[in-house]
Amino acid sequence: MDNAIVVEGLEKRFGSVVALDGVSFSVPTGSVLGLLGPNGAGKTTAVRVLTTILKRTGGRAEVLGIDVGTNPQGVRERIGLAGQYAAVDENLTGHENLWLVGKLSHLDPKTLRVRNNELLERFDLTDAAARPVRTYSGGMRRRLDLAAALVHRPEVLFLDEPTTGLDPQGRTDLWRVIQELVAEGATVLLTTQYLEEADHLADNIVVIDHGHVIAEGTSTQLKNRLGATIVEVGFCDPATAERGRGVLAALGESAVEPDGQTVELKSLDGARVAIDVVRALDGEQIEPVSLVLREPTLDDVFLSLTGHTAEEPEPEEEAIEGRGRRTRGAA
Amino acid sequence: MTATAITPAVASHRLKRSPLYWAISDTKTVAWRNLVTIRRLPQLLVFSLIQPVIFVLMFRYVFGGAIHIGGPFPYVDYLMPGVFAQTVAFGAIQTGIGLAEDLHKGLIERFRSLPMARSAVLSGRTLADLTRNVFVMCLMVAIGYLVGFRVHTGFIGLIAGMAVMLFFGFSLTWIFAIIGLSVTNAETAQAASFPILAPLVFASSAFVVVGTMPGWLQGFAKYQPVSVAIDASRSLMLGGPYSSPGKVVASLCYSVGIIAVFAPLAVMRYRKAA
Repeated sequence: MDNAIVVEGLEKRFGSVVALDGVSFSVPTGSVLGLLGPNGAGKTTAVRVLTTILKRTGGRAEVLGIDVGTNPQGVRERIGLAGQYAAVDENLTGHENLWLVGKLSHLDPKTLRVRNNELLERFDLTDAAARPVRTYSGGMRRRLDLAAALVHRPEVLFLDEPTTGLDPQGRTDLWRVIQELVAEGATVLLTTQYLEEADHLADNIVVIDHGHVIAEGTSTQLKNRLGATIVEVGFCDPATAERGRGVLAALGESAVEPDGQTVELKSLDGARVAIDVVRALDGEQIEPVSLVLREPTLDDVFLSLTGHTAEEPEPEEEAIEGRGRRTRGAA
Repeated sequence: MTATAITPAVASHRLKRSPLYWAISDTKTVAWRNLVTIRRLPQLLVFSLIQPVIFVLMFRYVFGGAIHIGGPFPYVDYLMPGVFAQTVAFGAIQTGIGLAEDLHKGLIERFRSLPMARSAVLSGRTLADLTRNVFVMCLMVAIGYLVGFRVHTGFIGLIAGMAVMLFFGFSLTWIFAIIGLSVTNAETAQAASFPILAPLVFASSAFVVVGTMPGWLQGFAKYQPVSVAIDASRSLMLGGPYSSPGKVVASLCYSVGIIAVFAPLAVMRYRKAA
C-alpha cells in the first residue's frame, strides 16, 4: 500500500460552523506528515475524524485503505492516538494505565504483560510504573500517554500537538522518541503549532487555516517559498535605512519596515547571508545600529500565506474544538 | 532506552471473541478501573457517607421527637429506608461527576479511539457505582443499627429491601450519566444534579408521612419514584402496616422504566460527546 492515510475533500460541519472545508492530503506509508496551523484551524477536528471520534459530514477519509466512516472498528484496531492532553487516569499507576488500554484493545494478557514492560522501559518509566500517575511530571504523563497509544502496536499513529505545554527538555525527549518510532517504520500524522517541530519531525507538511489547506510540501519547499532566513538590519535614521536597502536589495527580497529605520531581508542562503550583509554594508561604509538574524516563525508562514498572523483568535472554532476540555494556560 | 518494535501490527495477539463477550469483558475492565479509583481515594467514600449520617443523627435525635408517624414501630425504623433512598439518590450524582471528569481529561476520547465495546464506558461506570452503593448501603444499615433501627422481617426482608433500593439507585445513575456527558466539568455536573434530586428526595415519604403535606403536594409526593422506592423498601424491611407488595412491584417497574428510557439516551449522548 502506497498511502497509509488518504483524505479527499474532507468536510466537517458543527451546525453552521465549518471546521473542515474540503481538506485533501495523503500520507505515504512509513512517512511523517506534519499538520501545521494555528488554534482553531481544524487540525484537531481532522485528527478526530481520522481516529473515528467524530463523523465527517462530507468527503472521503481512509486509513490503511479502510473507510473511517463505514468501518470505524476496523480502523480503531490499527491506529494509535495520543491527544492534546495526556489522556491517562491519574489514580491508576503507569502500569495499570497501559494494562487498561491493552485490555480494551483486546490483546491477550500474556502478550500485554511483556509489551507493557517493554514500553515502560523504553519510555524511562520503569521506576515510576507502580506509582499513581498523579505523582508524575508533565513530561512523564506525555510519555505514558504515548506509550498507551503504542500498546497494541498500531500501524498508524496520530499525535495531536504532542509537545504542547512541555518544557524544552521534555519536548526534545519526546522528539527523540517520535523519531525512533518513525525509524522503525511507523506512519505518523502529527499536528503542531510550531514550525520548528514540523521542520524537525515531518517529511511533508500540510498547512491548514480556517479548515482549508493553504500550502503543502516538504519543509524546505515551504521555507523556500517564504525566504528561509530573515535578516533585520536597523539604521540610525530613515535616510541611511533607504541607502542600506538599496545595497541589500542585491542579496534578496528586501523592504523597509514601517518604523522607517529597519530593513528586512529574506534570504535563501541561511546564516551565510550575514557575512554578505556585513560585507555589502562595509563596502558602502554604512553602519548598522542593530543586526538580527532569525528563522521564519509560524507567524511568517501565515503572514506570507494568508496575510494574517497565526495568533489571531478564532473564537467560534476554538469553542468547538475546546468543548468539554480544560482550557490550557498561555504556553 | 531499548529498541521496541512498533510495527508491524500483531494481529495474532489480538483475541478473537464474539461482540457479546467483549461487551461483558470491556464492562468488567472499565468497572475495575473505576473501583480502583474509589479504593485509591477512600475520602470520596467518606464524603458520600457524611450527608446521610448527618441526616440520620439529625432526624433520629433532633427532629424525630416532633415527628409522629403512628403505628407500632419507632420513628427510626420509618426513617432509615428514607435515608437509604437519600444515599443512593445523591450517590448517583457521582456517576455524572465521574463521566464529566473523564470527558474533561480526554479519557473518553481515548476510549472512543480504541476497538472496545461502545457500551462499556457507561455500563462499566454504572456497574462500579452500583458496587460502591452496595458497600455504602451496608455501612448505612450498620449505622442504622447503632442508633436503634431494627428490621422486622428477618434477614431475607433486609436483603430484599436493600436490593429494591440498590436497583432504584442503579436506574438513577443512567440519568446522571447523561448529565455528566452533557456538561463541561465535574462542578457543573454536581450543580446541575442537585436541583433535580432535592425535590424528589425531600418532597417524599423519606422523613415525614406524606399525609402531613399540603394537598397539592401529596399527589406528587406519594407517587413519585423516590417515595415509591422508599415505601417498597419499608414494605420489605418493616412489614406490618407498611406491607405493600404493590409498591414493591411499582418500584421495580419504575426502575426498569427509567433504565429503558435513559440507558439508550445515555449511550446516544456518549456517541456524540467528544
